[in-house]
Amino acid sequence: MCIGFPGKIISIDQDNYAIIDISGTRREVCLDIIDEEATIGDYVITHAGYAIHKIDPATAREKLQCLQEIIENEIY
Amino acid sequence: MKFIDEYRNPAIVKGLLKHIADVAQRLENPVTIMEICGSHTYAIGRFGIRKLLPDNIRLISGPGCPVCVTSTRDVDIALHLASLPNVIFATFGDMLRVPGTGGDSLQKKRAEGADVRVVSSADECIGIALSHSAKEIIMMGIGFETTAPTIAAVVSTCREKDIRNFSVFSVHKIVPPAIHALLADPLLKIDGFLCPGHVSTMIGADAYRMMPEAGRAAAITGFEPVDILEGVWMLLQQIESNKMDVAIQYSRGVRPEGNTRAMTLLHSVFETADAQWRGLGTIPASGLTLRDEFAAFDTMKKFSAPDIQTGDIPGCGCGDILRGIKLPHDCPLFRKVCTPINPIGPCMVSSEGTCSTYYKYY
Ligand code: SF4
Repeated sequence: MCIGFPGKIISIDQDNYAIIDISGTRREVCLDIIDEEATIGDYVITHAGYAIHKIDPATAREKLQCLQEIIENEIY
Repeated sequence: MKFIDEYRNPAIVKGLLKHIADVAQRLENPVTIMEICGSHTYAIGRFGIRKLLPDNIRLISGPGCPVCVTSTRDVDIALHLASLPNVIFATFGDMLRVPGTGGDSLQKKRAEGADVRVVSSADECIGIALSHSAKEIIMMGIGFETTAPTIAAVVSTCREKDIRNFSVFSVHKIVPPAIHALLADPLLKIDGFLCPGHVSTMIGADAYRMMPEAGRAAAITGFEPVDILEGVWMLLQQIESNKMDVAIQYSRGVRPEGNTRAMTLLHSVFETADAQWRGLGTIPASGLTLRDEFAAFDTMKKFSAPDIQTGDIPGCGCGDILRGIKLPHDCPLFRKVCTPINPIGPCMVSSEGTCSTYYKYY
């Protein structure tokens, strides 16, 4: 019951519900408890029908770059 | 798949495994790491991570599956509530097959005629309540800090909209008191914890300070192979240098301060209360009950509590498995009598349960 996935917001209605796309599957999620305002195109982590976190793409990118460098340059 | 495939990149996985092997070689003593989250248990099994790690690094599973830690008594109360006349009992699907005393389950109650409905989001209850105004809708509130705010949101909406035929049977639990209990368990020797990603999205990193203070390593970790391996690597670095901390591996999903909006809502609707955990016993202030202002939405105040004789499930070792002191293979019923098709205990029911994961992947 606890599996959460990142999805991309496709639309938002007047009741604060969003349609999100999780790799081709569409789901409706409520935006009432998300930590930051989210708009169309944002990626959000969802859990049990609610978006709980807006992913900052820059943070995610940095993390991957950093890992890539560690792997390539064997820095640690 | 954005934010998924990148974290399954084989080159990064290989690189991380090499770094883990390097640190592991230098360690004087074997290391035991506990994952507290059921989704980690599932992901570690699914991606075969245990087999990839060096022999001196052991991963064990903890009390992170909400269905599994629900006490038999709470399951029995749920079965009683679901059988009441004029009630629609709503629950997340994992709960359906969890056996109570004597082997009954919500699924069996439903087959006998009880109106038990599976919801994937608590807010579905609002629609059910509005379209069945003559019935009482009871939602089984189960889950940790990730799920409890969603139930709190529904309760507060029902109050705003004056929906009176809805209540919550709350068996919600919170994670930090359970960690204190694990740290105090003399049978359990854990060097580091993979802390749950999405509970941490809500509660933030500070909630785990007791881990480094108790000399244990901690890393808040995501759910893809790269995440889990980097989490393990971060823990090993802390252990090797003896500099314990709460590292955030899952930075794309967790802010240090957590989701303060959701936590404020949670605390406005719920307050902490003692709660019974399967395996860990009663832990002070580890459960969530509705505040007095929301008494009208508290199932246990709306309906009289039944006088129930509960008993343990004979032969089931879920309690010790949830504490990390036994593995599913130690249970004589594992695979022989207890299987996902015919589960004896809750750890075999939920896909996040340790027994079900071991059945599928080991
Ligand atoms: S294998 Fe079945 S009976 Fe044994 S501990 Fe796991 S759930 Fe309980």
